[in-house]
Amino acid sequence: MAKESYPDELRYHPEHDWARVEGAEATFGVTWYAQDALGEVVFYEPPEVGSQAVKDQAYAEVESVKAVSDVYAPLSGEIVAVNDLVADKPELINEDPYDEGWLVRVKLSDPSEADELLDADAYRKLLEDE
Amino acid sequence: MATAALKRTPLYEAHVAAGARLVDFAGWEMPVQYEGVRVEHLAVRSACGVFDVSHMGEVETSGPGAEALLQRLLSNDVSTLAVGGAQYSVLCRSDGGILDDLFTYRLADDRYLTVTNAANHERDCAWFEEHSGGFDAEVRDAIADSAMIAVQGPAARPIVTELAEGELPSRMRTATLSVAGAEMLVCGTGYTGEDGVELLLPAERAADVWEALTDAGARPAGLGARDTLRMEVCFHLYGNDMDEHRNPIEAGLGWCCKPETGFIGSEAIASARESGTEQKLAPFVLTGPGIARQGNTVVSGGAEVGVVTSGTLSPSLEVGIGMAYVAAELAEPGTEVEIDVRGKLRAARIESKPLYRKET
Repeated sequence: MAKESYPDELRYHPEHDWARVEGAEATFGVTWYAQDALGEVVFYEPPEVGSQAVKDQAYAEVESVKAVSDVYAPLSGEIVAVNDLVADKPELINEDPYDEGWLVRVKLSDPSEADELLDADAYRKLLEDE
Repeated sequence: MATAALKRTPLYEAHVAAGARLVDFAGWEMPVQYEGVRVEHLAVRSACGVFDVSHMGEVETSGPGAEALLQRLLSNDVSTLAVGGAQYSVLCRSDGGILDDLFTYRLADDRYLTVTNAANHERDCAWFEEHSGGFDAEVRDAIADSAMIAVQGPAARPIVTELAEGELPSRMRTATLSVAGAEMLVCGTGYTGEDGVELLLPAERAADVWEALTDAGARPAGLGARDTLRMEVCFHLYGNDMDEHRNPIEAGLGWCCKPETGFIGSEAIASARESGTEQKLAPFVLTGPGIARQGNTVVSGGAEVGVVTSGTLSPSLEVGIGMAYVAAELAEPGTEVEIDVRGKLRAARIESKPLYRKET
């Protein structure tokens, strides 16, 4: 399992999801905290390419042996790519939540939504208060 | 969070030191996992795991009328239980509804120890008390007497044998032995489908014995692995797979019900056996992707035909498995059904018990 970290270049949603914003597109995934709370991920089914992710709403589920957890969209937009590798090897979410364990790539419908997300410092502060 | 109100077992410090994730289980602060459910599960299947099950309760029934009282309360034929033996049974209301499932150990001619589920312990004690009138027997809540440790897996007996003075009891037998320097009741029982023993020992010796077992190679395993292990071999969990609204016939526990003994509920159970039940508990596997969970609906031909009572990913089989109450005519191995897993219909097949069989 990966070491606890919250990269500075990402933006964070309070439901423990991250977004890597690159111009008009962004990549989503779950944070180290989320995968640690869930435990070893054993099942993940990617959403359909072409479906819509809506900020603050669930776009997928990740499951450990014991529990199911919703994955929330930090931003809105059309899903243009999904990480099929994670469907085959869901433990990548535990091993590398910010890189190989990415979940979807989204064409943002409103890039300014990113202003509402937390930066790494603010997210770390939120975790301290949990 | 009412964390302060949670009860702790004598092994609480050992769990914290081992990095366990602790959860509220029936009012007890218990380890759900240490390293992870899957590795702990597989350790039990391949070698040896050790579980703190001190949250389970015990009721002692003693006196000249102890056998007669237990024969009235428990579904199995207590008269066939020999000294040093163990027997599984259910405790039922007069309408056949299941109050608990229990292991009873006969410690002496007129002394029995019955192990209860944590969530039901107080109700069980009250039920025993309430029905003891007219019997020359004493019922005592013995939960405070002991810690309970389950050592399970193909390496469990060799590990405990190394630490024990004397021979371990065979399956479904008990013996009083010294293990790791502590006098205890060793029982050839378990909840994993593996060989092994369960130890009932003085609370103040629990930490030493736990350490001796883990030093000898037994891997701490949490309630998470305990749950997935029992599901693979289709052992019932009270509150999931049965409760007071289900009778032992629909729950598939008719084998431990001997109505001729006249236990409370025997008439209702005999009649359920005679007339059959609308639903039956059946094990299933998912034939495609997905993991069914408790509460999911079972569907056949577009109609709702049952409900999942236990579900998980099987670490041994690497597919979704579980148990569900389904319409009796569908509870046949090989029947294809669907399970509504949070809005997605997943293909599943009814199977026979157990879902996991040891390779031989």
